[in-house]
Amino acid sequence: MTADRPTIDEVVARTDALIRGDRPVADPLAAGDELLAMGEAVLEAWIESRDKDPTDDEVEGFRLLGLHRQGAKGDPSFNACRETCREIVYHRNVIHAETDSALQQRMVRLGAMVVRHLALFVGGKLQEAGLGDFCCSSRPVRQGDGNKNTTGNAAAPV
Amino acid sequence: MPDDLKKVAYYPGCALEGTGHAYNRSTKAVGKELGLELVELKDWNCCGAMEVKNIDPKIQTYLSARNLSIAEDMGFDKVMAPCNGCYHNLKKAEYDLKNDAGSKEVNARLSGKAGHKTYEPGAVETIHALDWIKQAVGEEELEKRVKNSLKGIKVANYYGCMYTRPRHIFPEKDKGPASESTSKPHFMDDILGAAGAENVDFPLKTACCGGAHSLSDSDTSTKLVLNILEAAEACGADVVATECPTCHTGLEMHQMRAEKVLGRKTNVKILYFTQLLGMALGLSAKTVGVQENMSDSRAFLKEKGLG
Repeated sequence: MTADRPTIDEVVARTDALIRGDRPVADPLAAGDELLAMGEAVLEAWIESRDKDPTDDEVEGFRLLGLHRQGAKGDPSFNACRETCREIVYHRNVIHAETDSALQQRMVRLGAMVVRHLALFVGGKLQEAGLGDFCCSSRPVRQGDGNKNTTGNAAAPV
Repeated sequence: MPDDLKKVAYYPGCALEGTGHAYNRSTKAVGKELGLELVELKDWNCCGAMEVKNIDPKIQTYLSARNLSIAEDMGFDKVMAPCNGCYHNLKKAEYDLKNDAGSKEVNARLSGKAGHKTYEPGAVETIHALDWIKQAVGEEELEKRVKNSLKGIKVANYYGCMYTRPRHIFPEKDKGPASESTSKPHFMDDILGAAGAENVDFPLKTACCGGAHSLSDSDTSTKLVLNILEAAEACGADVVATECPTCHTGLEMHQMRAEKVLGRKTNVKILYFTQLLGMALGLSAKTVGVQENMSDSRAFLKEKGLG
């Protein structure tokens, strides 16, 4: 684990603070980048838990999307957070493109909710490792281990 | 109205006979009100849901294929499945039977053993309730039929994670503005917008609700749902509209649990899109089964002049 990288619990705590929004964020552009960095930290934790080195590759110009692609490889259920990652990128981009301060503040808050969702989703998966295949996306029939119990085996009791 | 959509085969699936009964009731009521006909599959079976798929994906493919075979035998080329899980599984079976020789072989063998015709891919198209209403009626016609506009109601449309994923089993999606998008689905927004609702920009419309963790790790599910509901409220929504019985039940259940366990109360209402649409078409709250929901939206609906 990278020393200066926030843990998933720290990401949740930080996003909670941004969502509460006790006072306006002083530098919305930096906050937008922080959202992206927190998303990357969450995905890095997931990838490292699977004994892999997080990639530096980018997809559509964003490492977060590259990390998501890496994290979903061999685990289609991880695609359940694909749009969540894209929403983080979207919110970060709007914060950077927007000049209206109130809208920037709003996007920081909503973006923090999206990051928090990613952190909760990945945190849950890390706790319940193995339940991934139980989740939404189908286990690909092309994947070898998906055929272990199949009725293709003559001994199978079907 | 396209003739092939006016009367379609109906696959309610297990959830709509249980916790999702209000979705079943409201879907049928809306169809009737719009002059559409649903013919329930005879002797349908479970689609294989998540459990069978996890143990043996090919048995899930067979179970779903049997339902498609029944639809074909009944003379239909379209079957409507309102549950995201069923819709996803029937689509997945179609894809697997087209692309995987092993799945095809297992399906043929089990169909023979069970004594029914083997389903061949391409014979029946699976559609969702959203496809059905959007394509059979469309926004223009819906606008004309609205009796009680949803004007003044801010809606966050929540599609859940199985309606658009994985992308490869939905070849008809992402084909331009008129088709559904897998990254930013909009059919529910279109339908409820036509009924007068104000759709809010909602960033978690396809986010995971923790459905699969509901029993094994309720706390994670509660936190995920709470985040969805708090985000909906932050976006200004009065209502989260749903189109899946599992998501709907999860949102309702964990909304209550979040208040009880985490002390975090959200006030956003949770209603099936068919309930909102039905009331906009002039049906009563009772007819669309609002009283069967776990969360109580009746006072809110009354205040808005619905039901």
